[in-house]
Amino acid sequence: MRMPDLTALLTATAVFTSALAFAAQAAEEVHVLNWKGYGADEPWAVANFEKATGFKVVNDFFNSEQEMLTKIRTNPGLYDVVMINAAFNDQAMAEKLIQPIDISKLPNYADISKDKAGSPMLDHDGKVYGVPWVWGLTALAINEKSFDKPPTSIAEMWNPAHKGRVIIRDDAVEAVQFGAIATGQNINDIKDMDAVKTKLTSLMPQIKTFWSSENDWNQMVASNQIDIGTYWSGSADRAKTHFKLPVSLVIPQEGAVAWLDAFSIPVGSKNVAGAEAFINYMIDPKFYVEWVTKVGAPVSANTKAVEALPEDAFNRKVMGDPAVAKRIQFQAPITDAQREAYLALWQQLKVDVK
Amino acid sequence: MAAQGAIASHNGLRKALPWLAPAYLWLTVAIFLPLSAMVFFSFMTDLPLSGKPWAFTLGNYAAFFSQSLYLTLLLASLRLGLEVTLWCIIIGYPAAYVLAKVLKGRSREAIFLLVILPFWSNGLVRIFSWAMVLREGGILDTALNAVLPFKINIDLMYSYPAVIIGLVHSYVPYMVLTCYLTLQAIDDSLIEAGRSLGASRLQVLKRVIIPLSMPGLVAGAALIFVPVVGSFMEPRILGGRTGTFYGTVIEDQFVAVFNWPLGAALSFILLAVVLVILAVASPVLKRAN
Repeated sequence: MRMPDLTALLTATAVFTSALAFAAQAAEEVHVLNWKGYGADEPWAVANFEKATGFKVVNDFFNSEQEMLTKIRTNPGLYDVVMINAAFNDQAMAEKLIQPIDISKLPNYADISKDKAGSPMLDHDGKVYGVPWVWGLTALAINEKSFDKPPTSIAEMWNPAHKGRVIIRDDAVEAVQFGAIATGQNINDIKDMDAVKTKLTSLMPQIKTFWSSENDWNQMVASNQIDIGTYWSGSADRAKTHFKLPVSLVIPQEGAVAWLDAFSIPVGSKNVAGAEAFINYMIDPKFYVEWVTKVGAPVSANTKAVEALPEDAFNRKVMGDPAVAKRIQFQAPITDAQREAYLALWQQLKVDVK
Repeated sequence: MAAQGAIASHNGLRKALPWLAPAYLWLTVAIFLPLSAMVFFSFMTDLPLSGKPWAFTLGNYAAFFSQSLYLTLLLASLRLGLEVTLWCIIIGYPAAYVLAKVLKGRSREAIFLLVILPFWSNGLVRIFSWAMVLREGGILDTALNAVLPFKINIDLMYSYPAVIIGLVHSYVPYMVLTCYLTLQAIDDSLIEAGRSLGASRLQVLKRVIIPLSMPGLVAGAALIFVPVVGSFMEPRILGGRTGTFYGTVIEDQFVAVFNWPLGAALSFILLAVVLVILAVASPVLKRAN
């Protein structure tokens, strides 16, 4: 009978000490929830932050916005920082998943451009629920080998010369909003869904395949299989600077979809001070310049961070161009019903083309 | 309880129980419980872990019938399953016959190893290798154009044939293995007897070899047909814009829109359809036996 007693004692001790260790650690750890490979988990950035503040960063990842929401719903108190697309901030706040942020603790917040910091998608009742981090575009990118001079219109996607050499992302919301721009509509208030459907139906035979990750896109260009397709601005930048591929971004005259990513602090965070320090570091010009140079990144919401880039940097010269700012449309929140309707439309299009 | 007692008192089973227990425990924990949870989810309006209020509904199953696209895709997937199974039989059966009846010793081991080899590599690696072979300017295109005197353009990538090629390659070893086992068990003297009684080679094949190896063919076909109907990785990577199948739509529900209840319902409809097909086919196949 001695053995089981000993085992039980050992087990109890182990559980107890690990619980104690967990409680002690929890105060110093900053649990961050973000897309994988999206700045916050860069090893050099984590090392710099830990050295400067003494907090330890624990990264966790999600693969879709729905998964992100579920993770913070089902793990109250686990995460201290969560990266939420501004279009989802409203929903997270309404479900009481995120808490107001004391911006006086974030010295870098003052440098965030006024239109982003005051965004009604992030601020509710005068309180800040999301700190704008970076923004970017879903626009077109071209294989430079296939064009003498870059196209200016979104209609290039429908040009018969590119039949079978066009690529778009396998994402219902993105496809429908792209169709809205191609038919001259407001992406957040699509009045004529039939026009979008007709336009996308005529695009389908042009398409080679659908992409889902940056890697898909870059491989298609590397093996010279595509001419043109939808792409994210930050990814096009990374393809050119980091992977040295013949890719350049085109912001069509008809416009492009813009998105804004922001950091929030979940309700029940055990380390609000650590969260504030981490968010402040993420919007710091020093981190941003390093991120852009080493990896390639979207455009920082911090004006000082963008100004710290070289004059001719893509994120400063092209994305900062006032003419570009005029024709882009920022994504607003989408209801679940809309999302399901978009998915049904997109699936139908994919079945019809078979 | 009475029934259980009656079974347990059966001497053979009682002896076998300790040996069966680990397998059944494992099946219960790893398959039965998660599957039951999925059945439960498929009748819900929302996932309980999403924190939102939920209720029981048949809506997820109704969704299948309310839109023609799910039925279209299911039929496309069933056709895919049949075609892949057929190609596996055409390619796998002769290979199994040669392995079982023609080759002996060393050469048999060597060929056998080559058949098994694909099993040793990761499925995703195999699919991406096909992507390199099949695309325009890929290995197949370049090799053929280097040999042939005229110029041809091979671009099979992102097409229905590419999906078939990838799936057949992944699943043909199942057919070879199951057919090999039944073919090997056929007594050579039966074949010799048939021949000596004046049957042609074709008649021996039709009247002796195929009927006797039928169990292997059926087992192989079932092993291939069922997973191919639900496949999503191969169609997605190799099929391009034509690569939308029933399996990819289920995957979208789980991964892209996080609608587990609908994804689960679609999966169980697929399971039901496959079971019905196997049930309808089994008397026919038994008669063939």
